[in-house]
Amino acid sequence: MASGNSDPRRRLTATAVKLLIAGGFGVGKTTMVGSVSEVPPLRTEEVLTSASEGVDDLAGVERKTTTTVALDFGRITINQELILYLFGTPGQDRFWFMWDELATGALGAVVLADTRRLESCFPAVDFFERRGLPFVVGVNCFDGAHRYGTEEVRAALDVDPTVPLLLCDARDRESTKQVLVTLIQHVMRNADLVPASR
Amino acid sequence: MSDQDEAWFDEAAGPLVRPYAVTGGRTRSDQFGLELITLVVALPSVAEAASLPPEYAKIVRLCQRPMSVAEVAALIDLPLPVIKVLLSDLIEQNYVIFRRAAPMSEAPNQHVLQAVLDGIRKL
Repeated sequence: MASGNSDPRRRLTATAVKLLIAGGFGVGKTTMVGSVSEVPPLRTEEVLTSASEGVDDLAGVERKTTTTVALDFGRITINQELILYLFGTPGQDRFWFMWDELATGALGAVVLADTRRLESCFPAVDFFERRGLPFVVGVNCFDGAHRYGTEEVRAALDVDPTVPLLLCDARDRESTKQVLVTLIQHVMRNADLVPASR
Repeated sequence: MSDQDEAWFDEAAGPLVRPYAVTGGRTRSDQFGLELITLVVALPSVAEAASLPPEYAKIVRLCQRPMSVAEVAALIDLPLPVIKVLLSDLIEQNYVIFRRAAPMSEAPNQHVLQAVLDGIRKL
């Protein structure tokens, strides 16, 4: 790198876009971000440790000792001109004020559902429906989690039949890719655009 | 007792300089509308950054390639509002240029969505 010389022609032509990963406390949002991000998930604030037990709803979340209190996000450099950011939404009600800023300009969202506590993703579903932001539901299949069929989950969540709903494993890169591909295809159909196949 | 005093100076105790001290107490910086994924890039080189006050120099060193406001905050380890103030100062002095994400009112763009789709498939 040439030292001492700034580049007066340095320009900024890249564009950034973002997707949101939403869902209840401890559902695996940051895990999903980390499974595809090119950098380990970044965070702008600190984490809550297990000291938060009793404050947060930990029923059915046996081994979780830390959780997101601010924003965890990852980055995927699509090409020189386009950077994709994946933001996990804060999983607790007291951070709702962040959701509006997060949703502004987002292309779409993944709602991660945990069948052990399906109701924990209702607020996210409501938020995106009200906001008109396209979303898909990913049913995260935890080890030892009781598995339901996608139709059972769809019925329980009462989401529009056009909203894609698929089983996934937030730890698995290929599985997360499939969820994101499904989301972008849904966003495109929503905008009357035709996704080109590979 | 002195052990306890020393313990305050580890990372867990947080920065010794209060976050808003580096902004001179300023907390708002709306003039450029910086958002989480607004991209920023520094114009001075790493070497030139040395003449800037430390917090600004850190940002200039970090932003040698395009980076989002959220990334700068995470990597410099200062709260978002503080980073927005510091970045606004750098923008005002033409040390940093920025580019906002497309406004939400714009319909999603076929070209961008297709590029994202292809990019994810290729991961």
